[in-house]
Amino acid sequence: MPATAAEQTQSSSLVLLCVAAWAIPGAGHLWLGRRRTGLILLVALLVMFCIGLATHGRLVPPTTITGLFDLSDPLVGLMCIADLGIGAAYFLAQALGYGVGDVRAVTYEYGNTFLIVAGLLNLLVVIDAYDIAVGRK
Amino acid sequence: MMQSHLLLLVTFAFFVSLVFALLSRNEPREQLRFGGTLFAGFLVAALVLGWLMYPFPL
Repeated sequence: MPATAAEQTQSSSLVLLCVAAWAIPGAGHLWLGRRRTGLILLVALLVMFCIGLATHGRLVPPTTITGLFDLSDPLVGLMCIADLGIGAAYFLAQALGYGVGDVRAVTYEYGNTFLIVAGLLNLLVVIDAYDIAVGRK
Repeated sequence: MMQSHLLLLVTFAFFVSLVFALLSRNEPREQLRFGGTLFAGFLVAALVLGWLMYPFPL
């Protein structure tokens, strides 16, 4: 059965919601009227991301994602997906020259961990916003 | 920039607990309780594992 106009509108706004929630951490919750949760998520995830950059973590370039598919470097490919999870902040940081990473820094691995986990948590936040939007939560 | 491993560990545990508490509980009181438990669990587990690994130099 073909989708009705209302269903199409709803699904397109759901896609828009998920894209917004991915691009700006907490934006999905703010959109859905959960202002307190959205603001806390926005601050917490961006602070985690900034700590990751400040502790010399490395933002893996998007081109390394191919390593996941041709299995030449699958872990770096997965790390790239996790890094991309934070959304617009990833591209902004790369454009400004941050996230080069310094393996000699004592906090390098901590930085990577903060960057990876911030991205993965933001992906969970996107799923949560989607669940709220469709009424599962 | 901070280089203390313990401080970074505490900061990491705080933010992860905060986000998980917000996502998995709805009421502020429940969020506080769950987040606090998770945070304490992270710290205790890290300290216990750290001391357990102490006799095994790599």
